[in-house]
Amino acid sequence: MLRLLSLALFVGVWLIGAKLAGGQMLPSPGAVLTAIVTEARSGTLFVALGATLVRVVLSFSLAMVAGTALGLLMGRAPWADAIGDPWLVVTLNLPALVIIVLAYVWGGLTESAAIAAVAINKLPNTIVTVREGARSLDPTLDEMAQVFAMSRGVVFRDVILPQLYPYLAAAARSGLSLVWKIVLVAELLGRPNGVGFEIGTAFQLFDVARILAYALVFVAVMLLIETALVQPLERRASRWRVRVA
Amino acid sequence: MLCDIAFTLAAGDVAAFVGPSGCGKTTMLRILAGLDRAFEGAINGAAPGRIGMVFQEPRLLPWRTAEANVRLAAPGASETKLAELFSILELAPYRTHYPGELSLGLARRVALARAFAVDPALLILDEPFVSLDQALAARLRAELATLVDRRHVTTILVTHDVEDAVWLADRIFLLAGRPAGIVAELTVPGRRGERSAAQIATMRQKIAALAAPRVAVAP
Repeated sequence: MLRLLSLALFVGVWLIGAKLAGGQMLPSPGAVLTAIVTEARSGTLFVALGATLVRVVLSFSLAMVAGTALGLLMGRAPWADAIGDPWLVVTLNLPALVIIVLAYVWGGLTESAAIAAVAINKLPNTIVTVREGARSLDPTLDEMAQVFAMSRGVVFRDVILPQLYPYLAAAARSGLSLVWKIVLVAELLGRPNGVGFEIGTAFQLFDVARILAYALVFVAVMLLIETALVQPLERRASRWRVRVA
Repeated sequence: MLCDIAFTLAAGDVAAFVGPSGCGKTTMLRILAGLDRAFEGAINGAAPGRIGMVFQEPRLLPWRTAEANVRLAAPGASETKLAELFSILELAPYRTHYPGELSLGLARRVALARAFAVDPALLILDEPFVSLDQALAARLRAELATLVDRRHVTTILVTHDVEDAVWLADRIFLLAGRPAGIVAELTVPGRRGERSAAQIATMRQKIAALAAPRVAVAP
């Protein structure tokens, strides 16, 4: 209820703002809605959304898989942590823009350069979170697995992974929102399609309604992914906890 | 922590190590289980094989059901064997429960089932009845006695409670001193699980008499 009220307030402030600033600077909600419909009718909206989503999914998966492997290694092996930590500090503090520009310079204005750049941006964040999880693994369960001579596969799937779920969920959550924001920048700088590219074009024409149209639709799609995909997965992973309560 | 611990067990022996807490009993078990490698000495096994261990805490995987916990440790165990174990340990109604839903007594039983399910060549029990109430401990002891007899498995039990030792073991080793060593070895008369209250009381006195002065003069 309070959420709905808050949303209504947001639209209200927007309406007043649009009145004060004028349609050129801040189009009214209605004007933005019209822009969304126009873009959807022409099909550009869906093409752009599709291209961007593919990039988000690919770079996100890449960062999660590589980040989990590296984070686990660094959390478990002190030598790996000693080697990896300085790299981590550097990449964590490297601006996303620098990584994207360098990727395009070295890899050309290609799809793989764009995806790699976004994945590298997200990677250190995943590593740090998973490393934290790996450090908090229960040593008594490790010993149990060792005494019962459990295979590596079983140890990973049934002993380690369930302990990492909360950390993986945290990494996925912050990762998804980070990745899509960076994908838009990568598209603006070097891709011929996608939401970032469309926003770039609209910016050159000072078409604020179109900018807001793309932004709103994309935020909605990401929210949908979050509630329809990430949250159910989180609940599934903590099923055993829920039953206890 | 420990020094001069030397003993030999025949297959099927049930040996209990009794000593005050903090005397290094758990360390000895960890060495036997291969968890602690910083020691001098040798462990020779005529029949090395799988180890089944019950830790002081149940050490179950909280995100797996009771049955899955047993199966993961013993992937080769047959359905018949699991059913038998669950029935002897009175776990049949709790197969699909998660460890968080089980009382400590039940979780201990699951840990026992897991240790037996692997068909161990050596069964290691570290204070398996600690922090259970008297009645529950007595019941679990009886169940354990049944299992040990049926399986005829070589067992090393560590406890601070003379009662546990006298109930389950054929041989008792008394540990004392600092660093701890074996100060006495006793053979328990009678059949496991059928020892009378009088027999247990006699053994208890014997152990108390043996342990007390040794502890006092220990270096």
